[in-house]
This record gives sequence, C-alpha cells and structure tokens, in this order.
Amino acid sequence: MPAPASTASPPGSGGTARSRPGVRARRRRVGGSLLAYALIAPAALFYSFFVLRPIVASAQYSLYDWNGVTTATWAGIDNYVAVLSEPKLVGAIGNAFELILYFSVVPVGIALFAANLIRSIAASRLATAARTVLFIPQVIPLVAAGIIWSWQLSSDGLVNQILRSVGLDAAARAWLGDFDTALPAVGVIGAWVQVGLCLVLILAGMTRIDASLYEAARIDGAGPVREFFSITLPGVRQEIAVCATVTVISALASFDIVYVATQGGPGDSTLVPGLQIFYLAFFEREIGTASAFSIVLMALVIAVVLPLQRLLRGRES
Amino acid sequence: MSLIRKFSRRALVASGAAFSAAIGLAACAPPGSDGGDASAPLTGDPTCGEDAVVLSAYFETGFPLARALTDEFTRQYPNITFDIREDQFAVITQNAPRTLQDSPPDLMRLPQMSELATDGLLLDLDPYAEAFGWDAWPASQLEQMRVAEDGSRGDGPLYAMGLGYSMTGVFYNKELGAQIGMAEPPATLEEFDGYLAAARDAGITPVAQFNGGATGGLAFPLQALMASYGDTAAVNDWIFQKPGADIDTPENLAAAGHLAGWIDEGYFTDDVNSMDYSQMMSRFVEGESLFMFNGDWESGNLDAQMPGGAGFFLMPPLEAGGAIGAMSAPNTYGIAATAEHAECAAFFLNWAATDEQARTIGVETGGSHPMGPADGFMPEVAEDSVTAATLAAGATVSEADGAMDFIANATGSIYAQSWTPNLQKLVAGEQTPEGLLESVQADYESQVGD
Repeated sequence: MPAPASTASPPGSGGTARSRPGVRARRRRVGGSLLAYALIAPAALFYSFFVLRPIVASAQYSLYDWNGVTTATWAGIDNYVAVLSEPKLVGAIGNAFELILYFSVVPVGIALFAANLIRSIAASRLATAARTVLFIPQVIPLVAAGIIWSWQLSSDGLVNQILRSVGLDAAARAWLGDFDTALPAVGVIGAWVQVGLCLVLILAGMTRIDASLYEAARIDGAGPVREFFSITLPGVRQEIAVCATVTVISALASFDIVYVATQGGPGDSTLVPGLQIFYLAFFEREIGTASAFSIVLMALVIAVVLPLQRLLRGRES
Repeated sequence: MSLIRKFSRRALVASGAAFSAAIGLAACAPPGSDGGDASAPLTGDPTCGEDAVVLSAYFETGFPLARALTDEFTRQYPNITFDIREDQFAVITQNAPRTLQDSPPDLMRLPQMSELATDGLLLDLDPYAEAFGWDAWPASQLEQMRVAEDGSRGDGPLYAMGLGYSMTGVFYNKELGAQIGMAEPPATLEEFDGYLAAARDAGITPVAQFNGGATGGLAFPLQALMASYGDTAAVNDWIFQKPGADIDTPENLAAAGHLAGWIDEGYFTDDVNSMDYSQMMSRFVEGESLFMFNGDWESGNLDAQMPGGAGFFLMPPLEAGGAIGAMSAPNTYGIAATAEHAECAAFFLNWAATDEQARTIGVETGGSHPMGPADGFMPEVAEDSVTAATLAAGATVSEADGAMDFIANATGSIYAQSWTPNLQKLVAGEQTPEGLLESVQADYESQVGD
C-alpha cells in the first residue's frame, strides 16, 4: 500500500532531499523521516489499537470455541466451516448481495439521472432546492430513517394509504412483514438514504467537466442523450467509482437499517451478515463463530470492492 | 520516486512489525479466564447493617416495579440507597455476561440464566434461602431459578430470586365480547374457537398479536395451547434442559396445528408479522381487537387505561374442568458472584417478598403476584379490575400445579433465533406445524449440546 505511506510523509521533504544530494541532505533526510514518524505516531498508535488490534483479536477468536467469559477451547477452522456451510449464514450473505442492488445500483442510477437534470437547470433556484431535498436523507441518522420508514411501510402507513387512495387495495400489505417484500422494502430505505451522497459526489464531478466540451458536442450535433453518454458519464467516472465503493460496502456490511426496520425478520428473509454476527456474539454467545463470520465478511468486502475499483477507475488510477 | 518507495517499504516493515507484535500479544493464550468463586461465608442473620451503603443495581427499562421497591426500601432503611442503571431487556441480555464479570452489580435483572450460572457469574443464594427460610415457600416458586452444573434448571443451587412472578393468559375487551354474546369467558377450547369465529364474522379483529422483528408473540398462544393439549411438566422439562427432553411431541404438534388453524381462519391480523409489542398494546387499549395473549405485568396498566373494560382468562382446556396451565415465571433478579454488597442485596430480595408494603407495591405497581409464603399478606384489589382477575387466575394455576416457564427461556437464543423465525414462517405459510417443532428441536439440541 504505497499510497498511505506517501501521503503520510511531510509535504516537501521528499522534494528537498532529492534536489540536494550530499551529506547535509542525507542528514536532513534522516531527520525528516524521523519527523515524519513522529508526526504519524499518534495516528498510528490509535489506528493499531482501535483498528488493527481488534482485527487481529477477531482473527484469533475465530479459531476458538469461546462464550466470551470462560477459557476458550481450540476449534481450528470449525467456525469457518460452520459459517460457509450453515444455510442460515450463507443465506445472510446472499441477502447482503441482493442489497447491493438497492443500496448501490439503484442510488447510483437515480443520482446520475437527477444530477444530470440538476446540472441542466443549475442556475435556477429549483436546482438548489432539489439538491437540498435529495441530500437531506444523508443528514438523518440511519436509525431515525429506519423508524420513519417502518412507519410509512406499516399496514396503515403512508405507502398503503396512497395505494388505497388510488384503488390499489389489493397491493397494500405490511411491507416489512411479508416474506416476499421485506428485503426490497429494506432496500428502498437504503436507496433513499444513499441517493443524497451519490448525488452530491456526482454533481461535484460534473462541475469539473469543461463546459467547452458540451459546446463542441452541440456544434457537432449531439443531443442530450449523446452528451450524457459521451461527455458526462466518462467525466464523472471517478465519482461513480467512489459512490459504488462506499455504497457496496454499506450494503455488504449493513446493520442499522435492518436492525431497526425488521431485526432480520420475518423468518430470516432480511437477515444480513452484520446482524447475524451481532446475534451470534451477543445472544448465542458464540464469539468464535461470530468472529469467523466477521473475518469472512471482511474478506468478502475486499474481494468485491478491489475488482470494482479496478473496473471503474480503469487506467486512470 | 526511489525515496518514496524506500520510505513506503520502511513503513510497510514498521506496520508489519506492529501488526505481528499485536498478533504476538493477542495470541499468547486462549481468551477468557475461569473466575474464582467468591461466595462469602454467612454468619448470623443477613442484614444491611447500620452503615451507609450504595447498592449498585441494573434494572429493566419500562417496568417501574423494581424502582418503586427500591424507593420504599430507602424510605424504610435510610442508610441504604441505590445506584440504578436501566436498559431494555434485549440490551441486558447482550450485556449480562460482561457486566457480571467486569462491573458486578449487587442486584441485576437476569435474562435466561443457565449459562450465567454455569459460568460462575452468579452468586449461589442457597445460604440466604436457608437463613431467610425461603425453603419453606412453595417449592415451585423457586425451582425455575435453580441451575444444576450441566446448565439444566429445576434442580441445583438457587441463583436468583423473583420480584414477584408473572403469568400469561388471554385478555379480552368486555365491550367487544358483549357484542358477540360472550358473557362469560370460554370454558373449553371449542367454545373459545367459537368466539374467535364469531368475532371475525362480526367484523371485529379477533386477535391483534405481535409477531414482528425478533420477538415472536405467537409463542404466547402456542404455549397456552400446549397446556390445553398436554402436560405442562413435559414442557417444563424441555425448558429446563432435562436430558432427552423433546418439544416435538404429538400433544405439542396438535397445539401447533391448532394455532396454524387459527392463522388459516384469519383470526390474526394481516400484519401480524410486522406488529411489535407496543402496537399490539395500543390496538387492544383502543378497542381495536377482542383478544390479546399477554401477561399480568400489564394488569395495572390496563386497569389505568381502560378501567373496568378488560377481562382476563386462562387458556381453556379441551374439556370443561380439564387440566389447566399457564406460562408463569418469576421476574428474576440475581446477585453477581463478586458483588460488593451481596448480603444487603439478599436482604432486599427477602424484604420484597415478605414486607407488607413491598407486597402491596408488587401487586399494585407490578400487577403480579409477589413471591413468598403461600399465606403471605395480600393487599385489597378492586373486584372488577383486571388485576383481581389475574391474581385469581394465578391462584388457580398454582392450585392446579400448572405453572410452566416460557418456552422462549429454554436457551439464551432459542427465542430470537428459532421460535420467532419459525412462527413468522408459519404465519406466511412457509412452515408447517411439524416443521416448526422439528426445526426448533434441532436448534435446541445444537445449543444445549455446546
């Protein structure tokens, strides 16, 4: 990982050292890197204590059968076998992948569309209003979003009231209590939250696109659709990559929205890895299996996000 | 570039070293420890003494009884005050092992306690039971809180006491009952079925029952039906983790089948799988449903919110006068194995069961029957109140020896991980009564086997 190391070096130190070779410069280089270490030390300390140490501890716990209190017994890879073979746990992983559709694909799509619209009316007040409205869900805590939406999706909630008012009584149901609709309903909550983030990122990306490109395209006779695919989309590729990465991680590692809205029910239809890890660790007190599942989840996230980064950032990075 | 590369290589080496140091630190021993027993020997009558003492307590949010008792206790014994922390029951369940280990409270509301007891986190209360004479009380009051070394309950040392014991049954709305001609509570299950059908046909919601999220409220009617169809002792053996106990019996299958029949008949609301406990309560109090399967901890609340409007009966037997049973469990409070003021905490628990004022608070605030001797003091209760009805039902159950613990308490996770998802699937038609019991039994065996 060269990136974090190079950003952590104090600005200018590399350049100075390189431009003035010799003893003095070398001394300065040593001093500079000592200073660099001193500067990153506090952060590194916190990082290793609060991030690395728990990861290592989880990796260790995952190899034991432990209830969290009494002495653990060695379990080898049994916990991993359980995670990858129990239908309930595998089902949770499947649900997480389905959530990618709602937490990532849908919001990125909507945000692209909305950003494009907002860009075209950028000067008007409506654009500011639209931006604010679409971004507000980002400001609301996830737990509050979950509660608001579980009311709206309840049997007497807003969604069903609207359906009934237009005569779609047959479609009205307890959205979060129905095996077929619970996961999509949770997905809708996630999509609602994520659109704002993607929109702001993509809008920021669009402002960086040189306006003369659009002018040139228009002279060449390109319509709005052609403009979008030939100029806008390639122009915001980086932002889409960031959006996709952040939202895919939030889908795979989802917890809060599901915990508030359905707690994994009905049945196991909305069970996700984050929730199951919580149940395993704090209700079943299977710290070993919970740790193994979290290590598997971490590996899964990395396995999905790394190729995604390569794919979306392409040669530019 | 070479310097940056060099630098980053060095950083890599450094972070690698830090990483392996962390591994080395963490990996030298298996996690966890076996805490020693710290039960102090008891000399003379346990008391709180004359010195100022602050008892640390960890109670359940939403149940005012415990706090009301501590207030009264401080009034009677001014040198004793309480430092109370409250959490929801689910949070207590998650925190229990670590709290008992790391910051041992003197008094704590306990979740399912088999593992807490076998892990050595709870104080053995038998010396106090002897000193206070709890062993002269009806044995059934305390047996649910006895845990043997293998984690099975019903026998072994006493690890908790109740601040009263709760009981469940069927609450009904008297006004809606009159509309369908239900003057008296049903005497047989068949009669009950008739009322359910009559309510549905009259356009009244027969039952609004919570079954959403991780709390499957259909376990209440299911267990009540188990008592109608079979023997409560067998269900208790299963809950207490007696060797060879099986929930998948013909009687329980008949009960689950009966419940499935109610679902098919449409006696529960459409949104039963997304309804939570508070929604159920508000619908019942608003008069939107005729019946509600719930416990006497709501008696005081219902008497306040719909005075004279609610009634209570136990799930009727198959034949009139047949065996009767109900879910009935003490509201368990324990003392941490290493608690600082264990003696005073035990004195408080005894006081709550024997002091007249405390027993009055237990009935009026808690709505449930206080622990204690069979002929213990009971306060006067208004005759047409729900509280009177639940207290009378409690007496009936203990006469019939029909008390059983909650099937959700068999293991720490059987409720959230097994009963609830399977009951939700039963509602959605994705699980059969046979499959429900088989699946729960399989989960039970894997959890008890650990």
